Amino acid sequence: MSITIHLPSVLAAHAGGTRAIETGGATVGTALDQLVSRYPQLGPRLRDAHGAPYPFVTIYLNDEDVRLVGGFEAAVRDGDEVTIVPAVAGG
Amino acid sequence: MSATLTPQIDRARSLTPLPLACASCGHGAGATPDAICSNCLGPLEPVYDAARRLPTREEIAARPRSLWRYREWLPFEGDPVHALDVGWTPLVEAPRLAARLGVARLWLKLDAHSFPSLSFKDRVVTTAINAAEAFGIDVIGCASTGNLANAVAAAAARAGKPAWIFVPEDLEIGKLVATTVFAPNLVRVRGNYDDVNRLCAQVADRFGWGIVNVNLRAYYGEGSKTMAFEIAEQLGWRLPTAVVTPMAGGSLVTKLRKGFTEARDAGLVARELPRQYGAQAEGCAPIVRLADRGDDVLIPEVPSTIARSLAIGNPADGLFASRILRHSGGAGQVVSDHELVAAIRLLAETTGIFAETAGGVTMAATLKLAEQGKLRADDEVVVCLTGHGLKTVEAVQDTILDAPIIAPKIREVAALVASHAA
Ligand SMILES: Cc1ncc(COP(=O)(O)O)c(C=O)c1O
Ligand SMILES: [Zn+2]
Repeated sequence: MSITIHLPSVLAAHAGGTRAIETGGATVGTALDQLVSRYPQLGPRLRDAHGAPYPFVTIYLNDEDVRLVGGFEAAVRDGDEVTIVPAVAGG
Repeated sequence: MSATLTPQIDRARSLTPLPLACASCGHGAGATPDAICSNCLGPLEPVYDAARRLPTREEIAARPRSLWRYREWLPFEGDPVHALDVGWTPLVEAPRLAARLGVARLWLKLDAHSFPSLSFKDRVVTTAINAAEAFGIDVIGCASTGNLANAVAAAAARAGKPAWIFVPEDLEIGKLVATTVFAPNLVRVRGNYDDVNRLCAQVADRFGWGIVNVNLRAYYGEGSKTMAFEIAEQLGWRLPTAVVTPMAGGSLVTKLRKGFTEARDAGLVARELPRQYGAQAEGCAPIVRLADRGDDVLIPEVPSTIARSLAIGNPADGLFASRILRHSGGAGQVVSDHELVAAIRLLAETTGIFAETAGGVTMAATLKLAEQGKLRADDEVVVCLTGHGLKTVEAVQDTILDAPIIAPKIREVAALVASHAA
C-alpha cells in the first residue's frame, strides 16, 4: 500500500524540503496522519484545532477536491495521489 | 489634460512594491511575488504606511482620469510603468430602472466598458503587471473563467510580455477569441475552473512566473479597490446606501469593502458604508449559501450555470466575502439561468446597456432583492456591471429570431410596418 502526497513549496519547507512523500493508510485522513507523524510541523497546517480541514489548504485525491468525495474519510487505494495546494489562490 | 490621452507620468521614482504581511497571523513577508503566508498559509496583504500623506478631494480631481488617481491606496512606491490609462469607467444613472425597482436612485457602474478588455479584470491586471515588472518577472499568466484571460492577454500584448493563460476548454467563444487574438500561450484545460485553478497553483509553484491571481494575488486584488473610490468620487464624494456585485472567487466584494472603508477613513466620504449584496447563479452559489447559513465553513460545489465567468465552486475569498455581506447589513442572492437571461434583456431594454451573463446575474439579483423589500424606497443603489455582453452573446442569441428577414423591396417593409400597427 503506497500513497504519494504532494506538498506545495510553502509546506515542503515544514517537511525538510521534501515535496513528494510516500505514505500508507486506508483513508485520506490516515494517510495524512502518517505524514504528520513524520513531520509534526505539518499537523496544524492540515487540520484545525478541532481536527477539521485547515481552511487555508485544499486537499485533492487524484485531482478531486476531497470535500466532494468524502473528506478525510475518503478511501485511498494503492497508487493514489494526494495533492495539497494553498487555498488562497485564483478567482 | 484630455481624458483620452495616455497620462504622462514622469518616471523619476522607480516602482517598488510595498511589503506584505499575513492578514490572518500578522507574519511579515516583505515585498515578494508570493501571496501565501509561509507560517499559516493565510493571504498576504500589502502594508501601507499609516503616516503617508494622502491627497485631498481637490488634488485627486486634478489628476488624470485613470485608476492611478488613487495611487496612495495602491500597493507601490514610485511610478507605475504599465497600464497607465486603465480605470475611470462610467457611472450612469438609470431612472427608469430605479422606478421599476421602487428605489430612490440607481446607478450602474459600467466596468463592462473598462479599457482595454471590457471587464473589471483590467483593474486587477493593472496592479499585477506593474508588480511583475517591479519584481523583474517577465512571463505573466492566470487561471481564468474568461474575463481575466482577456485582460491578461491584452495587458501582456501591450507591454510586450509573454503570457501563459489557463482556462476551462469549453468557455464561450467570445471569451476564447478575445484572448487568442492577442497571441498569448492560451492553454485550454479539460475540466472546470476549479481544476484550472488547482493546476495554476502548481504552475506558479513550479515555474516562477507571475501568475496574477496566484503568486501576484496580494498586489492584484488591490486594483479592485479603485472601483469603490471611483463610485464615491463620481457620486460627488458620497457613498450609496446599497451596492450589488457579482461574486465568483469573492475578491471583488472584499476589495470594494476595503476601498469604501479606506475612502471613509481618509475623510473623503462621510456617510455610513453601504450594505453590500453579492449575486451568484443557482448552479454555483457557494458564497451565497455560506452567507445564508451564517457559519464559517464553505462547502464547495460543482458548478453548472451559463454564467461561466462566475462558475467557481471553491472560491478563495468565499469566507471573507460572506462575512462582509452579513456584517454590512446586506446579503447574498441567487438567481436562475432563466432569470439572468431575462435580466440581461430587461437591462438592455430599459437602459441601453449590454451586460454579460455576470451582469445578468447581478441585475436579476437586484430585481429579486427589491421584490423582497431588501432594497427600499429611500435607497441609493449602485449595481456593478462588470463585463460586456458581446463576450457572451450565446445567452441572448435567440433575440435575433425576433428580426424578420425580407427581400430588399419597399412593399415588404410596408407590410411589416402595417403588421406592427395592427
Ligand atoms: C465579469 C465578472 N464579474 C465578476 C467576477 C467575480 O469576481 P471575484 O472573483 O472577484 O468574485 C468575475 C470573475 O471572473 C467576472 O469575470
Ligand atoms: Zn499567516
